[in-house]
Amino acid sequence: MTNKTNNKIAFVQGNEVCAEAALYAGAGFYAGYPITPSSEIMEHMARRMPAMGRRFLQMEDEIASLAAIIGASLTGHKVMTATSGPGFSLMQETLGFAIMAEIPCVIVNVQRGGPSTGLPTQAAQGDVYQARWGTHGDHAVIALTASNNQDLFEMTVEAFNMAETYRTPVIVLIDEVIGHLREKLQMPDPDELEVVKRLRTAVPHGVDYHPYLPREDGRLPMSDFGDKHRYNVTGLYHNMWGFPTTDPGVIDGLIHHLIDKIENNLHQITRYKEYYLSDADCVLISYGCSARSALHIVKNRRQRGMKLGLLELQTLWPFPAGLVREKCSGAQHIVVVEMNMGQVVHEVKRAVDHPERVYLANRVDGEFITPTNIKNVLRVIMGRGV
Amino acid sequence: MERCRLVFCGSGGQGIVTAAIILAEAAAIHDGLEAVQSQSYGAAARGGVTRSDIIISDSEINFPKVVQPNILVCLTQESFTQFYSILRPGGLMLLDSDLVEPGMRVEARQYKLPMQRTVQQEIGTNVVLNLCMLGALLCLRPVVTKESVLEVVKKRFSERFLQMNEKALELGWSLAQESAPSSGDQRGSAPRPTH
Repeated sequence: MTNKTNNKIAFVQGNEVCAEAALYAGAGFYAGYPITPSSEIMEHMARRMPAMGRRFLQMEDEIASLAAIIGASLTGHKVMTATSGPGFSLMQETLGFAIMAEIPCVIVNVQRGGPSTGLPTQAAQGDVYQARWGTHGDHAVIALTASNNQDLFEMTVEAFNMAETYRTPVIVLIDEVIGHLREKLQMPDPDELEVVKRLRTAVPHGVDYHPYLPREDGRLPMSDFGDKHRYNVTGLYHNMWGFPTTDPGVIDGLIHHLIDKIENNLHQITRYKEYYLSDADCVLISYGCSARSALHIVKNRRQRGMKLGLLELQTLWPFPAGLVREKCSGAQHIVVVEMNMGQVVHEVKRAVDHPERVYLANRVDGEFITPTNIKNVLRVIMGRGV
Repeated sequence: MERCRLVFCGSGGQGIVTAAIILAEAAAIHDGLEAVQSQSYGAAARGGVTRSDIIISDSEINFPKVVQPNILVCLTQESFTQFYSILRPGGLMLLDSDLVEPGMRVEARQYKLPMQRTVQQEIGTNVVLNLCMLGALLCLRPVVTKESVLEVVKKRFSERFLQMNEKALELGWSLAQESAPSSGDQRGSAPRPTH
């Protein structure tokens, strides 16, 4: 290994990785309110951003934090905020606004035990459905996750790319274990990962700009708010000028646009990893920190001849049902490993051909699920006792 | 190499987590190994039981927590009481002889060293107890090289504190060199109930 490469290996926490990846992706504005176990993201941004000539703001709460990054995004910046469950709850109304007004932004939720203030310093994965349905009304949403530093860097950059591509909030849903775990990160070179730039309108100053008129490909070019064009932004159903409307045709078109732009691109949005799936008769499905324990048990049992495989989901929403169905088609047993009372397991049951073969291996006492916890569930399923 | 699982425990403010990060970073960045480090903590900024887990290996580490360490370091009585039983039988236990009184036989190679007293006498402060502990540990079980740890210490500490940290590391090393495992060592003897 050359010295040059060696210098680019850092030994850092997941939270710091998330912050560095945001800077790599071009985040120009961060607003937030600190909360365990996400605070290191904010601390890192507070140290790094002013030194890079970018803007950092500590807000009075999480509602204001998301509102602030929405405003900054409209003016042309790539933006991020980070929080944990209680803060993410406060953000739900504004999250809906960002979905409706089609504002690119990235929201990191480092999950801890809930509901309410719950378990501030311990791990859980109980916010998966909140990410999907926490804000009211029909909508589509993108949520990504990762189980190690290298993947977390890439997924955070992806989150920014998808936010720009689809003009939508993207949620990075990690957890206390990943946020606080220190391990190696090989810093990508500046041009190594694709970074999607803000799509700006070519409409010149003085010519009518329609902020909500999609192009043929469904994308909406933006105009930096306060710069060349005057336009309206609202959480109400709106027409192509951004002004409120109750016209049924326009309403129908907008709701379909908001959902289709994401659901129709499921294939482009889906990220996953697979291990030993080709001959697996038992498929584990997991994500985030739980996927580390799942991979540990898969490797361990493979040494003993068990045909165990792992499908690690990195895109949680929109849920990659077709992928799950395909990867599980030959499985006798499907075990979803997650740290909640069962969330992704319901989506898996809806996706596969044989929902009666789907089991949940979980842990909800604040402790990180161990390979032994999973092994015990596997033994019970296979009729071998614990 | 055999996978090395360590748990450092003590009280918030003793530098347990910092020592764990230094050790893991030395392994990951300078010794070309894989390493993960994590910590569990309560709501208090100081006091309370703090625990940090480290795994060092030459292969990929998936499950990052330590269930049964082969090295356990305890720097307070409370943390000893809470965690002594998780040590793998025959593992290495490092204690501060003034801060922890085991009071029971533990199946381990047990080293009780007056680390806090020594740094207090020689350096005049106990804030470097964590580096002294690290020095002693590396002498007893060279999981990473001392040079790698010194590299990390140089990077992490400002000029002002560098010298006292380096000195603490050397003090710990010397303490361990002069020591022999105490009565806790039962390797080779018949197993007997411990608790």
